[in-house]
Amino acid sequence: MQDVNFHSMSEQQDLKPKPTTAETPDGVSGQGFFATSLEKAVGLARKNSLWPLPFATSCCGIEFMATMASHYDLARFGSERLSFSPRQSDLLMVMGTVAKKMGPVLREVYIQMAEPKWVMAVGACAASGGIFDTYSVLQGIDRVIPVDVYVPGCPPRPEQIIDGIIKIQELAGNESLRRRNSKEYEELMKQYNIE
Amino acid sequence: MYKIIPERDKLVGRKLSDHFGDAIEQQENLADMLSISVKKEVIKDLLLYLRDDNELQYNFLTTLCGMHYPKKEQLGVVYHLHSFVNNHRIRIKTSTNIENPSILSATSIWPTANWMERETFDFYGIQFEGHPNLKRILNMDDMVGFPMRKDFPLEDQTREDKDDAMFGR
Repeated sequence: MQDVNFHSMSEQQDLKPKPTTAETPDGVSGQGFFATSLEKAVGLARKNSLWPLPFATSCCGIEFMATMASHYDLARFGSERLSFSPRQSDLLMVMGTVAKKMGPVLREVYIQMAEPKWVMAVGACAASGGIFDTYSVLQGIDRVIPVDVYVPGCPPRPEQIIDGIIKIQELAGNESLRRRNSKEYEELMKQYNIE
Repeated sequence: MYKIIPERDKLVGRKLSDHFGDAIEQQENLADMLSISVKKEVIKDLLLYLRDDNELQYNFLTTLCGMHYPKKEQLGVVYHLHSFVNNHRIRIKTSTNIENPSILSATSIWPTANWMERETFDFYGIQFEGHPNLKRILNMDDMVGFPMRKDFPLEDQTREDKDDAMFGR
């Protein structure tokens, strides 16, 4: 109790929370104006306001609940607004074992989402079937829908899920505005028999 | 708590052998419950008799499920019956050959048998004659084979990224 370091406490007071601002993209700025490309401005908006749709089927979903709660606080990354309707969501987070019978349901949810959309497979089961190497379990959701980011772990810790979200943010922020209209994207969708 | 009533076991055994004679193959006490093996030809009459007899009144079908005996090349069905009136349970077993497995449906006796028989068909491939809607209930409709049979491989057969020697493929 004698060793309380008042000096370091006053130092910490300097670290009072600042308003969270997104990083400014490259551009030209002058008095009263800032100019950048449309692509960068759109990327900035998209990456910092992802609306996740939680498709939680088992224990990874519990980890996600911890990620959303105050301790890990996914809101810091602009993703506090969960969308339980696929129509208004940007990011499909599949967390947990997906049975083969659930496969078509998951596919339907993905199809209902509006472009641009991203998919994150959280945990070993969503990524590969995990320990459930059996006739009734889908051996990875990438057999049904395309996946952007895989988060390993059984289940992954909230830090890992946040790491996955940051990876998705990088994808969303750097994506070309024409990507969803490209030949490659069309072929990717064709592989999964979507549209 | 459920209490074993030996007099009731004896009564059921006696009434069934009086009524069905040779069709009753075996009676034994297994896991605290009277277990009766019967020929599959009489199964529907026998279940109906157990439900409607005034002294017995087994009015509730607790569960129904399949069995597979690979050495005997037989499939079977177990019925667990409960008489609410007498607070007594019994187990009925019947078996059929695996080449042409068919057993009369109990849906007309207890409607609850509908989904139970669909499940048993789904996992063991037993045909229930007289079932109104015998199709898969838990597995994908396009599935080939019956997964609870002992010769069905447990592992998913569509994977190529695992070493077969290690994973029983």
